[in-house]
Amino acid sequence: MTIIKRGLAALAAGALSTALAVPAFAEPVKFDFWFGLSGDLARVVDTLCKNFNASQKDYEVVCTSQGNYDATLQNTIAAFRAGKQPTVVQVYDVGTATMMLSGAYKPADKLMEENGYKIDYSDYFPGIARYYATSKGEMLSFPFNSSTALMYWNKDAFAKIGKTEAPKTWEDVGADLKALKDAGYDCPMAINISANESWQLMEQFSAIHNQPIATKNNGYDGLDARLEVNKTKFVQYVTDLKKWYDAGLIKIKSKDLGQDMVQAFATGTCQLILTSVGDHGTVGRTQKEGMNWDVAELPVYAGTERKNSLVGGASLWVLSGKSDAEYKGAAAFLNFIHDPKTALFWSTNTGYIPVAKSGFDFMKSNGFYDKAPYKGREVAIASLTASEPTEITRGIRLGNFTQIRAEFGTQMQAIFANKVSVQEGLDTLVKNGDAILERFQQTYPGKTLP
Amino acid sequence: MEKRVTFGRWTIGILFAVPQLLLIFTFFYWPAGQAVYWSLTLQQPWGGGNIWVGLDNFRSILSNADYWNSITASLVFAATSTGLAMVIALVLAALTDRQLAGSWLYRVVLIWPYGIAAPALAMAFRFILAPEAGFMAVVNKVWPGFWDPGLDGADAMASVIIAFSWKYVGYNFIFFLAAFQAIPRSLIEAAAMDGSGVIRRFRDIQFPLITPTIFFLLVINITESFQDSFGIVDIMTAGGPANATNLMVYKIYSDGFKGLDYSGAAAQSIILMLLIIALTIVQFRFIERRVHYR
Repeated sequence: MTIIKRGLAALAAGALSTALAVPAFAEPVKFDFWFGLSGDLARVVDTLCKNFNASQKDYEVVCTSQGNYDATLQNTIAAFRAGKQPTVVQVYDVGTATMMLSGAYKPADKLMEENGYKIDYSDYFPGIARYYATSKGEMLSFPFNSSTALMYWNKDAFAKIGKTEAPKTWEDVGADLKALKDAGYDCPMAINISANESWQLMEQFSAIHNQPIATKNNGYDGLDARLEVNKTKFVQYVTDLKKWYDAGLIKIKSKDLGQDMVQAFATGTCQLILTSVGDHGTVGRTQKEGMNWDVAELPVYAGTERKNSLVGGASLWVLSGKSDAEYKGAAAFLNFIHDPKTALFWSTNTGYIPVAKSGFDFMKSNGFYDKAPYKGREVAIASLTASEPTEITRGIRLGNFTQIRAEFGTQMQAIFANKVSVQEGLDTLVKNGDAILERFQQTYPGKTLP
Repeated sequence: MEKRVTFGRWTIGILFAVPQLLLIFTFFYWPAGQAVYWSLTLQQPWGGGNIWVGLDNFRSILSNADYWNSITASLVFAATSTGLAMVIALVLAALTDRQLAGSWLYRVVLIWPYGIAAPALAMAFRFILAPEAGFMAVVNKVWPGFWDPGLDGADAMASVIIAFSWKYVGYNFIFFLAAFQAIPRSLIEAAAMDGSGVIRRFRDIQFPLITPTIFFLLVINITESFQDSFGIVDIMTAGGPANATNLMVYKIYSDGFKGLDYSGAAAQSIILMLLIIALTIVQFRFIERRVHYR
């Protein structure tokens, strides 16, 4: 009885104190955050927002998923033109050039400075920071979800051909694929050749081999950059992929055909794929019972000095035309995301990697990378930090790059369907891509990239 | 005095028409006018400004081989899917109209496909026509490599045509059935008593009497196949492989919204609009002559 009485008394006291406390606080300032992740990842972002709102009383972030990256950018542009833009928006990596020329943002570094937050920008992994920074190194946006491409390999299958390690060079890959085929595997390696795979097949390959995608240091030095993938090592790479495809060593797997390559790998149908570290969790959750697999850095051609791979993902932009109170909230939000503890939460619940060294060290000291299912994801950090970024491996700063990726898909499909030769296809890719770049340049007369 | 009365009527007439005119202006002429203006300028996507370029957008589009490929693909798509959807619907409606066993069921069921949203329908067909899963996997087992919409442009085009026609068979079916049922029974019965068979009655009585419906559906189907194909293409092929299914309306979407090239997309939609207008004029000018309105 006494316990119940005491409990009731405590409840009453609690209720009273909340009733008294509420009027003492002002309503929190609300601001919008639009993002482009969906499904499981959207739920993680929602939790992140809840955690931020629970961590302090002054601001309340309202997080809304727009479905995907393309839609987020389109909807933000439409909202901006109508004067109803969100305060913070997630924009994917290749939208960076468009954002920089938009004149619609408030530089993130200035925002933090004005609101009294000290961010150590050298704490970001250089491979990540340089991708989003201006040519002078200013951070106009904050890196958020980041990943890079890795090679996933089936240890059981490779054991059958007497290999205990993943192939390090493309020459080895060629030999191993042949051996796997001879050992009775119907699909030694799976790829897809749509616009999305421009990332791992063209962009990551070029960075690791220190090969340019476009002139003017991949566009960092001017809007008059033009593509040049038709005369780099990339030509040899596509030629090899096509050769292996013709020999039945590579199969094309996509959702349209029935099974995408991640599923094909997880079910043990295909033994080797190249995809984002972000799929590490998916493979772990959906893999065939008892299958042994691991990840490794993307291979290079023999004799190549490996450079850092590129970051993929998105960064957070703060848009212009908002009130000071909203900017204060946005700054607090960005500061919250930068916290190493948030990095641990974020990487544990998604496949994304920490963007700052402090976050990475915090996670390492917590033993994050020591055991399954997270073991192996540190390879992504190794790949991103394989070298100090060069002028070319900083990233890609090209206008309307989404359309260039689409053109990549189109030409790869034409090449693999034997409609054109490898060189013809890549020449057309460059020709059509250049037309896109030229158009982008004409749209912004007299403007230069910051 | 007579003048004043006429004036009064004129204003009242205008007043009655104003709500409608406002709607048409707001939702049709204004956006269309805006599209014309955008097609003559280069728009910065974020609204930072624009420059007047005259007909440059049209020149660059019309000198692009990919665009002509897109026009050809659209014409092939329009002709084939309209033909398929109309012939199948006509046959189904004619059979249902004959009051065969179970025709009440067909009458209800055959209308359903039109009620399904394009993306949902495309998802279903993507599965049915997937070469490694679904129905076509069985066919591929028997003839390996027979069906490959992932790399074979003709197969991909066939997929979107099948999905689109399937939807419009339902739509056409309603109209055809209504047209058949509007034909007086006595005419058909009289013909039957004179000894003409099913085919003969169809050719000499029913078909000529439903030509207005056929003409109406022809115009609607062709127009819709240019405009309504977007959802199906987006889900099933995304315009690929190698641009084989990059129909005009899909290209407008991908250039405009994915590529943020609002001016180029505006110019393309003007061209699409002119093309549809021209096709409709041709149909009214040459095909309508053979239509017998009562």
